[in-house]
Amino acid sequence: MTVEVSSLKELVEQASGDDRSPDTQEYFVNMGPQHPSTHGVLRLVLKLDGERVLRCIPVLGYIHRSIEKISEHMNYMNCVHLTDRMDYLSSIMNNWAVSKAVEEAAGIEVNSRIQYIRTIFAELERIQSHQLWWGVLGMDLGAFTPFLYGIRDREVLNDVMEETVGARLTMNYVLPGGLMADIHPNFVHRVKEFIKYFRPKLDEYDDLLTNNVIIQERLRNVGILSPQTAVQYGATGPVLRGSGVAFDLRKDHPYGVYDQADFEVPVGTIGDSWDRYWVRVEEMRQSLNIVEQLLDNIPPGDFLVKKLNSKIKIPEGRYYSQLETARGVLGVFIASDKKDEPYRLHYRSPNFNNLWCLEPMIKGDYIASLIGAMSSLDLVIPDIDR
Amino acid sequence: MEREALQAAVCELDAAVSPLDANADRAAVVVEASALPAIVRRLRDEPQFAFAQLLDHVAVDWIDRGQFELIYQLYSFKHKHFLSVSVFVPRDDPRVPTLCRVHPVAEWQEREVYDLFGVLYDDHPDLRRLFLEDDWVGFPLRKDYQDDFMLDRPR
Amino acid sequence: MADALLNPLSLTLSVQTSEAFAAPAMSLADRASRALESGVWGAVMYIVIGLVAVLTAVSVLGLVMSYIERKVAGHFQCRLGPMRVGPHGVLQSLADGIKLLFKEGIEPGDGDKVIFIGAPIFSITATILLLAIVPLAPGIQVVDMNVGVVYIAAVSGLGVMGILMGGWSSNNKWSLLGAMRAGAQMISYEVSLTIALLVVVLFSGTLKVSEIIESQQQGWWIWRGHGVAIVAFCLYVIASTAELNRTPFDLPEGESELTGGYHTEYSGLRFSFFFLAEFANLFVFSALAVTFFFGGWLPFHVGNYEGFNSVMDLLPPVISPIFWFGSKCATLIFILMWFRWTFPRLRMDQLMRLEWKVLLPIGFANLILAATVVLSGLYFFPSAT
Repeated sequence: MTVEVSSLKELVEQASGDDRSPDTQEYFVNMGPQHPSTHGVLRLVLKLDGERVLRCIPVLGYIHRSIEKISEHMNYMNCVHLTDRMDYLSSIMNNWAVSKAVEEAAGIEVNSRIQYIRTIFAELERIQSHQLWWGVLGMDLGAFTPFLYGIRDREVLNDVMEETVGARLTMNYVLPGGLMADIHPNFVHRVKEFIKYFRPKLDEYDDLLTNNVIIQERLRNVGILSPQTAVQYGATGPVLRGSGVAFDLRKDHPYGVYDQADFEVPVGTIGDSWDRYWVRVEEMRQSLNIVEQLLDNIPPGDFLVKKLNSKIKIPEGRYYSQLETARGVLGVFIASDKKDEPYRLHYRSPNFNNLWCLEPMIKGDYIASLIGAMSSLDLVIPDIDR
Repeated sequence: MEREALQAAVCELDAAVSPLDANADRAAVVVEASALPAIVRRLRDEPQFAFAQLLDHVAVDWIDRGQFELIYQLYSFKHKHFLSVSVFVPRDDPRVPTLCRVHPVAEWQEREVYDLFGVLYDDHPDLRRLFLEDDWVGFPLRKDYQDDFMLDRPR
Repeated sequence: MADALLNPLSLTLSVQTSEAFAAPAMSLADRASRALESGVWGAVMYIVIGLVAVLTAVSVLGLVMSYIERKVAGHFQCRLGPMRVGPHGVLQSLADGIKLLFKEGIEPGDGDKVIFIGAPIFSITATILLLAIVPLAPGIQVVDMNVGVVYIAAVSGLGVMGILMGGWSSNNKWSLLGAMRAGAQMISYEVSLTIALLVVVLFSGTLKVSEIIESQQQGWWIWRGHGVAIVAFCLYVIASTAELNRTPFDLPEGESELTGGYHTEYSGLRFSFFFLAEFANLFVFSALAVTFFFGGWLPFHVGNYEGFNSVMDLLPPVISPIFWFGSKCATLIFILMWFRWTFPRLRMDQLMRLEWKVLLPIGFANLILAATVVLSGLYFFPSAT
């Protein structure tokens, strides 16, 4: 058994050395870290034959902030505030994931009002995340207009959430043991208005992109990910569901008050980019249903179970807790040594694992297909790097 | 399967598997490093376990004990149960066989652990740093890591 | 005469027709060659006028069209577009132009400098050459050669050279990919474009642009030529969108794929040359569509229905060509912009499949059909001649 540690430079030089034929030459090209459709600072080293992608080597770390190391010097209350910088489109769900892990480990019970509000906010955030994804997918495929349509509707939803949360992007709302503040008195009313506003807009989305023949041509049978590959490569969330595996933590291991809502888990058939697209668009509808069902039943109660000081202590041991964000399973691993600071805090981020499906999906396909397939993965780079 | 039953069933697989004697919130076992790929493959393939996905791979630096604990979180879509597999390796010679052949995603999860902890994975096809530059010195998530830029030095 | 007294409108019509078309208006080039008989300087004057006119047209078109494009895009996308510089942002493109003038022209270190600098100039020259043959109104045309259609086919293919040069000399793989895409795409769609134009050449029986317009006195070819001309027009619109590198055929730029394609490395004035060429080309291709399918500056006429035709001729002779040509051209430009801000982009293989397996067979079949129609005289309102 041998261990050899290589470097990217060796990898690229070694790969470009062989298989040269007299008439054509394969070449490497850097996609990113500054590229319009890597959405952040993801760098893909592509080995190309003409426009065909032979290899796709993701190079990470351009936005690595070592949140895990920083968290080792912070108490659990403070750790929460770093998490909304990971997947900034699922920030409340990230907060919730840490809070859930800490609550489960420390044995803090939260009342059902808190659970209701958390669930509603998580679903609203899932909708706004998918709205942005929808627009960006259009832009990646060359249609600029959907982006602004997506942003337009996202702004409406952001206004509603901002009233309660106070932020528009890195929303910081859920704490271990409750919430930062109670919902705004207007909240229920305005969410209802939003649902009324957004349902017809979803049909507009269908008119603009879903039913467009070029979109269908670009996404269908492109980037096919078989269920076996998806599972083996660690995919979760809409990527896994697009491949036909009906795995959704909200259904399979209910948390919050998802067990009280009636919703369906959309599942794709063959696992191409189109299936992932369809799953996400359908998820927006399902999320609207969930919010609609829960909105009128928010029970009265406190928004914080007890006035918590920052000294939450977790008994010694290893704890792993997870929930479903807009992109897949976000796991939080805590190794505790009885202090109020985690001995080791690790995030199993959905994007980190979803990213690796890219190469098996598009090997041998065109650059344009790579863009479409990558867009259908819905990557958020800060979440990969953490 | 219930947590205790699952743990017991996994322990019966092989002599190299024993229950984890620490507090954990799910079925947790300890596996000897050399037997790891074979055990995980059996856990994946045997229908009563069917651990199809490697959800997560974490390393914990137990500096007082002089050990790294490598934890593999496994999940089964069929039975909807979790298992946490721990491997203890000495800090001064952290080597463990790779799981790439069993779960392809391990390739990158192991690269992350190599990058931040310096654990070496035998037979890994492409062991490189994942986040940091190739010429970075040291492994930042180790508890005794020091460099000039750290504002808050570890205790 | 009694008829004319009873119906004054028909009188104005006949007067107008005789004025406008009895002696065909001459293009600038024709005037120059006639002036050459009496002296060199008269000819030089006409040539200078022509050059100045075309150059002005290119820059003004660039300014106006980029403003319109941004306004149209803005309103398609639930926003306002430029609003700050001048009322409703009308001076925005001027401000952008000044900004581009002052920007540094960066040259890639290992690029081929001569070709790099030459590429945008080549690109805009091709556009200017094409603009020279566009008939705006009777006599408002720089060159009106008797092989006009051949000239259009030849010169519109030149634009791809500028793009290829730009992509090659940038020493950037993305640029090269964009240039190669542009080469494949523009040369392929050139074929469909020409075949679509040939249908009208068959109908009108001439290659001279001004005569093609005059052949549409009885009605525009788009509907005089049965379905054949409509098919040809659709082919033309698709092919010209591809020639213009606009969405859904903007693969050579492919911002989200190739980070800007062939003009990734260009900045400042050189970039604005590509930009100007693109917008001037947008106008030129719309103007050619108007010329070939919608009767150029001619008003909307229906065969010999004098009453209807005379209503269409109500505009005074000076305004009439400007109004008709302008409105038709603006509509077409709007449609092309509509495409751009609605459609996503095709993939390269789909683009090629569309051309070689769909458009080209349809185009050839359509051409044969057109020949049949012309031979059997089946089209509507065959002209008296």
